Amino acid sequence: MPRQQKKRELPEINAASMADVAFLLLAFFLMTTTMNIDKGIMVKLPPWDPENIIDVKIADRNVFTVLVNARDELLVEGEPMDVAKLREAAKEFIANPYGRPDLSESPQKAVISLKTDRGTSYNMYITVYNELKAAYRELRDEAAMKKYGVPFDKLPPDKQKEIRKMYPIKISEAEPEAIGEQISN
Amino acid sequence: MIRKRQTGSKRAPTISTASLPDIIFMLLFFFMVATVLRETTLKVRVIVPEATELQKLEKKSLVSYIYIGPPMPQYVQQYGTAPRIQLNDVIADIDDVIPFVESEKAQLPEKLQPFMTISLRVDTGVKMGIVTDVKQELRKANALKINYSARKRVHEL
Repeated sequence: MPRQQKKRELPEINAASMADVAFLLLAFFLMTTTMNIDKGIMVKLPPWDPENIIDVKIADRNVFTVLVNARDELLVEGEPMDVAKLREAAKEFIANPYGRPDLSESPQKAVISLKTDRGTSYNMYITVYNELKAAYRELRDEAAMKKYGVPFDKLPPDKQKEIRKMYPIKISEAEPEAIGEQISN
Repeated sequence: MIRKRQTGSKRAPTISTASLPDIIFMLLFFFMVATVLRETTLKVRVIVPEATELQKLEKKSLVSYIYIGPPMPQYVQQYGTAPRIQLNDVIADIDDVIPFVESEKAQLPEKLQPFMTISLRVDTGVKMGIVTDVKQELRKANALKINYSARKRVHEL
């Protein structure tokens, strides 16, 4: 009789090893996976249409030419420039706050032309592209702050669209065949 | 009453570990959700450049990757040291880019095909020539949404 009672008192299974099993699984997943939060610069390429290349004439003042050579040197509007100053220069060109005759007529008409060499390093290209994009982003942020008092990201979609229309991103990369060895797009 | 409590506390000093697996399972599920299974083994070395204007790649299923970089040390004998393109698990040539994009596109439902994004994971040291060639191929393949993979830049230019 005492033995039977004892048996009824121990019905539970020892769950201590459950933790070990779970740890094993956890370790496996930790090893095989990577925590890559993929981020990057979003770009929309122009469609491939070699037959219908439209030769749009754009006034010289509305084009901001950025050239990068094979030695990663920057030439902006014919003048050598340090990459750290590019953002400010691009912003001034796009917005043209003082109405200078040599800068763009309006942000809508402004076009940034980016040309790189085949020998330009990818790092330099990304840095330059990033600065140009940052110039637009800052202008949009400033416009959003002025108009609505909130940064561009925090605006509702319709208001974002409005600001986007004010400062449309127009970064054109030269067609490769047009410049022979100096290829980009 | 008092006597009974005393004897009870002497007999059972163990702490129950029954809830430990639950905690571990919680961790496990967190990692399973937060991480992505590494699908490809890299045969080229890719250290992406730094930038500030980063956007997150939203839908993982819509993203295909193209890697460009110098081959890893164990593949140098086979492929040399010049930067190469890697599509899925194989080192490929420039002509393989269009078929690759088409096959990746075909795997998606038709409704989502226009939203397909190509993530270019390119090593910092690569020259623009090869990148430009790939971009031209992508334009021909009508894969126009691309993303230059980059890390967050912490220091000033």
